[in-house]
Amino acid sequence: MSINPKTNPIDRTALSVAFTVGLYGAAFGAAGVTAGFSILQTCMLSLLLFSGASQFAVVGIMGAGGTAISAIATATLLGFRNALYGLQMAPILKVSGIKRVLAAQITIDESTAVATLQENDADRQRGFYITGVGVYIFWNLFTFLGALGASAIGDPAVWGLDAAVPAAFCGLIWPRLKNKTHFIVSAVAITWALVLTPISPAGIPIITTVILAVIFGLKK
Amino acid sequence: MSAIWIAVIGASLTAFLNKYIGHSVPERWLNKPKVIKINALVPIVLLNALVAVQTFATEKELVIDQRAAGVAVALIALRFKASFPVVVLSAALTSAAVYNWF
Repeated sequence: MSINPKTNPIDRTALSVAFTVGLYGAAFGAAGVTAGFSILQTCMLSLLLFSGASQFAVVGIMGAGGTAISAIATATLLGFRNALYGLQMAPILKVSGIKRVLAAQITIDESTAVATLQENDADRQRGFYITGVGVYIFWNLFTFLGALGASAIGDPAVWGLDAAVPAAFCGLIWPRLKNKTHFIVSAVAITWALVLTPISPAGIPIITTVILAVIFGLKK
Repeated sequence: MSAIWIAVIGASLTAFLNKYIGHSVPERWLNKPKVIKINALVPIVLLNALVAVQTFATEKELVIDQRAAGVAVALIALRFKASFPVVVLSAALTSAAVYNWF
């Protein structure tokens, strides 16, 4: 496949999405090191886990003193949406064996979004693969640079990194808040987490908010 | 193996399983209206809880410090449709300013 962003609009969209999202990787790299992960551990998350919100959750929960179990559980629940994307993409990609393994690894928000914007299966495949591979490359590159930069800094508070991490989360949540229920659920989740923080082990205030998602999701 | 390594490898495995399962199971197993609806709320509650804890918690204590100032500025930036780097940088600058000068 030859990629030509000058003449092909799918390639152009895919590459600009890949680069922009890749930049978030720098924020993740810094967040990992700030949370006490080594540069290697931070980069491994981007290489192996490769799903932004889940990665931020792992470093956030471990950094706050949570257990590995609560970090894994939270990341897994956040990653379930990728299973739903896989459902959408499987009939379009029609791959098996090692190709399915590789396609699965790059099944994320962005690759699925660019694919679903296209009008036929050939274009959907093109959009999916170029975006997925592009995000993978830029995300990992910028993770490394962000981790390197943060580890050179020392005390994260001096440079405001302690606020940059939750601010990055806000940037992830904001586009998902589409109606009044979402804002109400947000307020309840924040209250829940803060009330539980002094009285439960780290990680519990976060993972238990899933109960709220179920309650609000089952309401008509 | 340290807890961090366990979290890194464990979360990577389950993340891949999530992705792979989607490509492999019949659609009707997962494609249910209630599942879809709950799933839309899961990132909202989990990420909001993470923001709350990272902004206000120091170990098990709740505090208001430079982080809250930074996040408040980030929310204002988002309200005015600022791009992601602007949001993060404005939060960092605010937090650093409060931390270093007050």
